[in-house]
Amino acid sequence: MTEPGLYHLLFISGALFFAGIYGFFTRRNLVTMLMSVELILNSVNLNFIAFNKYLWPGKMEGLFFTLFIIAIAAAEAAVAIAIIINVYRTHQSIDVEKAEEMKY
Amino acid sequence: MTEFLILMKSELMATALIFILLFIKMGGGMKNGLLLQVIQVLLLVNFITGFFFNKEGNLFGNMFHTSALIAFQKNILNLGVYLIALLNADWLKKTDHLPEFFILMLSALLGMFFMVSSGNLLIFYLSLELSSIPVAAMANFDLHKKNAAEGAMKMILSSAFSSGILLFGISLLYGAMGTISFAEIPQHLDSSPLQVTAFIFIFSAFAFKLSIVPFHLWAADVYEGSPVATASFLSVVSKGAAAFIFITILYKVFQPMQELWYNLLVTVSVLTMLLGNLFALRQQNIKRFLAFSSIAQVAFIVLGISSNDHIGITSVVYFVLVYVFSNLSAFGVASVIAEHSGKENIDDYKGLSKTNPFLGWSLTLALFSLAGIPPTAGFFGKLFLLTAAAAKASYWLIIVAALNMVISLYYYLRVVRAIFIDNNEMPIKKIQADRSAELGLVICSVGILLTGIVSWIYDFIQSLH
Repeated sequence: MTEPGLYHLLFISGALFFAGIYGFFTRRNLVTMLMSVELILNSVNLNFIAFNKYLWPGKMEGLFFTLFIIAIAAAEAAVAIAIIINVYRTHQSIDVEKAEEMKY
Repeated sequence: MTEFLILMKSELMATALIFILLFIKMGGGMKNGLLLQVIQVLLLVNFITGFFFNKEGNLFGNMFHTSALIAFQKNILNLGVYLIALLNADWLKKTDHLPEFFILMLSALLGMFFMVSSGNLLIFYLSLELSSIPVAAMANFDLHKKNAAEGAMKMILSSAFSSGILLFGISLLYGAMGTISFAEIPQHLDSSPLQVTAFIFIFSAFAFKLSIVPFHLWAADVYEGSPVATASFLSVVSKGAAAFIFITILYKVFQPMQELWYNLLVTVSVLTMLLGNLFALRQQNIKRFLAFSSIAQVAFIVLGISSNDHIGITSVVYFVLVYVFSNLSAFGVASVIAEHSGKENIDDYKGLSKTNPFLGWSLTLALFSLAGIPPTAGFFGKLFLLTAAAAKASYWLIIVAALNMVISLYYYLRVVRAIFIDNNEMPIKKIQADRSAELGLVICSVGILLTGIVSWIYDFIQSLH
């Protein structure tokens, strides 16, 4: 059993990224779509940390970037959830298929 | 210390305005009419001070860069915000949360200032988020409207998704070269597959922000659902800021990859023009119509950016200045009419020239400028953009662009025909618009006429870099 290296971490982060994109396009529930976006952001975090540890151990930009991404993701989720609550108030549902007043 | 104050002048001004509004809100507030006048004066002061004490320099270890050209770009954005405060006076006076609306708008503006002068991918990402999250809250400002909630939901989800894509690109770039500073990246670029992938991801995030095909679909829904003030902010100020930083990123950071991005820009520009125009042909709602027309306008900006030289920068900045006047004027008329009569369809505009000649003529002038008909500034804006693009000697591209201008003429003139020629038994009644809205429309019309004819404006922008 070898120790996990850069490629293992990149594999996981790539899988997370595409799982997030798949979820964003297929899920119909707004909260689940938001969760998919969070998956994408976490895959980016993993990428930064892995690159920082294995490729550029002296350059700490990756680590700082991760901290900022976590903070901004929280802010974004706060606004998004407020808007989703408002969608629920006006549409009585958080299904994207129900929010279809405007088309084409 | 003084250098810090001078270099960050626009950002500090915007922050000061945010705090003034916060204190007004906390101190119990004012009557909406008075407060709006105070805000308009403050924004005018902000715009005028933007002309003075502009120096070139770097701050925070090259994270923040400013120059005379960047200061001028920021001032164009200031002008846009000032005009929005004037033109939407009728709607703003009635809203329950006037200070909050401007706090959100100025926060987004602050984010755009930092974005335009960013010198590092970290501060670029932070300011991009600062400039897009408040706008989603602004889009949902009519809390009880179904459309507003739907539009804001589409806006926040697509902007979160696009920033996720952007971040993935940045992380790959960091992995490939271990730096995120704009100055150092070009030295390490060698078009390896990893770097090309990273560039494509970053490019698509910009395409979301500028609403370039195939990432344009959120724009129309968000514009239709949100208040006109937010829609005009999104379509003019936000797109202008994104175009300015797009130039910096392409010309400075990804210069070694220019062959790749030239082909990419040309392809998306042609697609955006065609799709934007074809969708605009069949729109009935005026806000949706303006959304697709602004998608088609952005295609011309992208065409100008593809030229990759000084003329490209000058013509894009000039076009954005023209675009501020013409698009804000069109949105302003839509705002006044929607607020007083509740009508947003192009068919309702029939016979507008008889009952409201001033509004009718302002909208006509704005649409002529958007279509690019000669005496107006829009013609010169497009002429310079196409001249810049022609420097690369791809004449078939110019032919496609010219054909698209013909298509766009059809749908712009459809609105003009509705205003002047078509008969209507129930035209919109005579509207007494707010004084400041009328002032804004006059400023926009004068801007549309003068920016094209007064040639030193173009020379002035040219002299800035």
